[in-house]
Amino acid sequence: MTRPISKTINVPVADGDGDRYTLRMGPQHPATHGVLRVDLELDGETILKCTPHVGYLHRGFEKLAEHRTYAQSLILTDRLDYIAAMSNNVGYCVAVEKLLGVSCPMRAKYIRTIVGEMSRLCSHLLWLATHALDIGAMTVFLYCFREREILLDLFEKLCGARLTFSYTRIGGVRQDVTADFMSELQRFVDIFPSKVSDYETLIDTNRIWLKRTVGIGVLSADEALSLGLTGACLRGSGVDYDIRKHRPYDAYDQVDFEVPIGADGDIYARYRCRMEEMLQSNKILQQCIDQLPPGPIFNDDAPDLVMPMQGERKIEADTTTYGSGLIKFIDEHGSHPVGDVYVSTEVPKGELGFYFISDGSGHPYRMHIRSPSFIHIGAIPYLAEGGFIADLIANIGTLDVVLGECDR
Amino acid sequence: MHVLIVFIEILVLFAVVMLHVAYATYFERKIIGHMQVRLGPMQQGWHGLLQPIADGIKSFFKEDIVPAQADVLPFRAAPIICLTAMMAALAVLPFASGWVLADINIGLLFIFAMSSLASYGVILAGWATNSKYTFLGGLRSMAQVVSYEISFGLSLVGVMMLSGSLNLSKIVEAQGSSFGGMYLFPQIIAFFVFCVAMLAETNRVPFDLPEAETELVSGYCTEYSGMRYAMFFMAEYIGMMVMASIGTICFLGGWNGPFEVAFFPPFWFVFKIYIFMFVFIWIRATMPRYRYDQLMDIGWKLLIPLSLVNIVLTGIVKAFVG
Amino acid sequence: MESMEIAKRLQAQFPDEVLDAYEHQGQRAVIVSGEKIVDILRWLRDDSLMDFKHLMSLCAVDNIKRMEDGLLRFEIVYNLYSINKKHSIRIRAQVREADHSIDTVTTLWTGADWLERECYDLMGITFIGHPDMRRILLPDDWEGHPLRKEYPLKGKEEWIGLTKIIEKAEELRQYSFGYKKPKESTKSSESSELTDKQGND
Repeated sequence: MTRPISKTINVPVADGDGDRYTLRMGPQHPATHGVLRVDLELDGETILKCTPHVGYLHRGFEKLAEHRTYAQSLILTDRLDYIAAMSNNVGYCVAVEKLLGVSCPMRAKYIRTIVGEMSRLCSHLLWLATHALDIGAMTVFLYCFREREILLDLFEKLCGARLTFSYTRIGGVRQDVTADFMSELQRFVDIFPSKVSDYETLIDTNRIWLKRTVGIGVLSADEALSLGLTGACLRGSGVDYDIRKHRPYDAYDQVDFEVPIGADGDIYARYRCRMEEMLQSNKILQQCIDQLPPGPIFNDDAPDLVMPMQGERKIEADTTTYGSGLIKFIDEHGSHPVGDVYVSTEVPKGELGFYFISDGSGHPYRMHIRSPSFIHIGAIPYLAEGGFIADLIANIGTLDVVLGECDR
Repeated sequence: MHVLIVFIEILVLFAVVMLHVAYATYFERKIIGHMQVRLGPMQQGWHGLLQPIADGIKSFFKEDIVPAQADVLPFRAAPIICLTAMMAALAVLPFASGWVLADINIGLLFIFAMSSLASYGVILAGWATNSKYTFLGGLRSMAQVVSYEISFGLSLVGVMMLSGSLNLSKIVEAQGSSFGGMYLFPQIIAFFVFCVAMLAETNRVPFDLPEAETELVSGYCTEYSGMRYAMFFMAEYIGMMVMASIGTICFLGGWNGPFEVAFFPPFWFVFKIYIFMFVFIWIRATMPRYRYDQLMDIGWKLLIPLSLVNIVLTGIVKAFVG
Repeated sequence: MESMEIAKRLQAQFPDEVLDAYEHQGQRAVIVSGEKIVDILRWLRDDSLMDFKHLMSLCAVDNIKRMEDGLLRFEIVYNLYSINKKHSIRIRAQVREADHSIDTVTTLWTGADWLERECYDLMGITFIGHPDMRRILLPDDWEGHPLRKEYPLKGKEEWIGLTKIIEKAEELRQYSFGYKKPKESTKSSESSELTDKQGND
């Protein structure tokens, strides 16, 4: 896009034939949620062609993981969806446990469910905040951040980090929850539904909000499936697919919750789905608080990087003849199992899947990350073409993408 | 000698209005802040009271960047056009009985002319910057002003018919000092149209499409910096004040209030303006943004027919009653 | 349906294509030759008993370090799931050796578009019939396909585009605040410093 430098007013935007012009949105555009670039071909404000470009944040995680042990790759998953890093941690550990045949104690499963749902709330709150800001409602943005702050403080209390947690471990979690943490979580769970209704009073029946969301970005169930959308984007189109129900992991088969399903497949339906999901997450949190069983928080045969944190574990680590968990694991199992698994978990954005191939060496032979954002961004042209620029912004918001996860 | 007095009057008005503009930004930031569970400016002075002055000094000393591909003359002129047009509109506003710089008979028309002229500044800015986002912002602004200027003008026709004058002082006097005399009551439809058109004319939420931050990266003023950016900002706030003044004069009975404030006659006028400003800010904190085509729909399909109906109704009532 | 049952039916439907089937950790995988992959996947998607409407993931695997298993150099792994029937299967399709190409499945799932582009970008497998076969994550002028096993984790040379970016950054530095024009002798050392820094990042 080179344009002759001219000191007179030329037609400043006509590249090529008269009526059409191209507009390059991003990678530093306030509404593209990171470093997404969208090349638009416009006729007035109508989008004729929309081409998303990704990869500005590509860090080669899949290649890196092949050169690290399973436990070392855990920190990479923090950098996928950095808004809900805890969900990625959980997803990764669930997948590796399945691959290596390691089990996880019940208490750790409950804790993982708690942190998974907390990060779902975090992510949905940030989604609502930015989605509303994209459409112009500024106050919701700050209201959501108020509650997100409480959650981040809780995370900080739990593991010392607010963004990249690396909290879960293969075969358990890093640290046990404290009574202080649980009581603060209980306080949050008690107030949260009233906060959700706060957001709803601002936008739920707001005429402008309805005008901007109802009937915009419509996807039928078949289209959504064909595009590979998952999470609330798929459920908004009326497909009942939630991995927490379909292939339960952690403690999701122990708790009672509903999966909200939309019908219309438009932005408003997806918005309603996520709002309901927040309340359901809250419900799951409450049940986990009530049911949290006592017991160990990591498994003894966990492969490596299980630190002797707890008193009981410390004694055992001293008395055992094994220097570390890894040696013990290899000794018991002969080697890492050979084979491949695909395990997916329901992260806030959709279905986060890990496909592992193990060749028995202790490093993954191949790790593929099926990231929902990558597939969702691929769907942007189908939603945006033929619409207005303002609708493109709303559509990017409704797909709830994070570029760290997309580019990996 | 007469010229000198007028000159001093202009200076006083300029200084007072600029002070109000500066503190209107403070007012807005504080109110929005408290509505959004935060504090707003707190650092400069007591509760951030010196923040507007700090902002002014900062933008005055910032580098004035002109993009390489911009057309320099219109680019430099655009904010000045905006600001000057808006300032000129202040000349005909009667702040109290006799407190008016130029008591001309076509005051209302003059304000229309000036507020339309200000939109030239916006369009020129969008055009001369030679960038796509600003260009889109300029185009949006052009379309928006053209459509809303009509309903804005038509909404005030009823007021003109009732008062029989375009002179702003006369309009206020025609309403009298009683509460029931305010044109708000007989012209309730016009007041509604006026309020919506007022938001659109000043590019405020929910009609802030020309500077939609998340769509056009603040639209026509994307490439402006320093004092020129501040000029757009000042023009917007003076625009808000002028619109609020028209609302006060035409519908809320101008400087008249429940009791006289002897030492400061414009008290009620300023008070009513600040009520309007508060509503502006309140709406900004509450509403999302309309889409471009929906904005046009409202302008052409709702507001213009409504204001035409209002004119016809006013005419009929006036023919039979008065 | 039992995963065993699915594999058996698939074998019955495409006897020449199915090479092997196995199970690991309760997940059944079927190794097929890549020649008729579109037919196989279409049958799996549309058959009323199979009903695999959801393509969970699509990725490429470089088999060069495990060729002794009788695998070809590359394979594409499709993970399918049936939302209605709640069963899943993994199809491992062997990619043609000659030109590393396989037929596209974008005709079956629109969303496979980007997944196949990713395979092309990172593994160098061409999808025949794909509407837009370009690199997706890496720059267009990138050389090589990083996920292949022979591609080193850390290369000797930087990407060609990086030098351009550094040159541009150097050029733009004169506009930065408090910039003093360096003398000729110091300038070269500064620029090499910058290059080192960028290289380490």
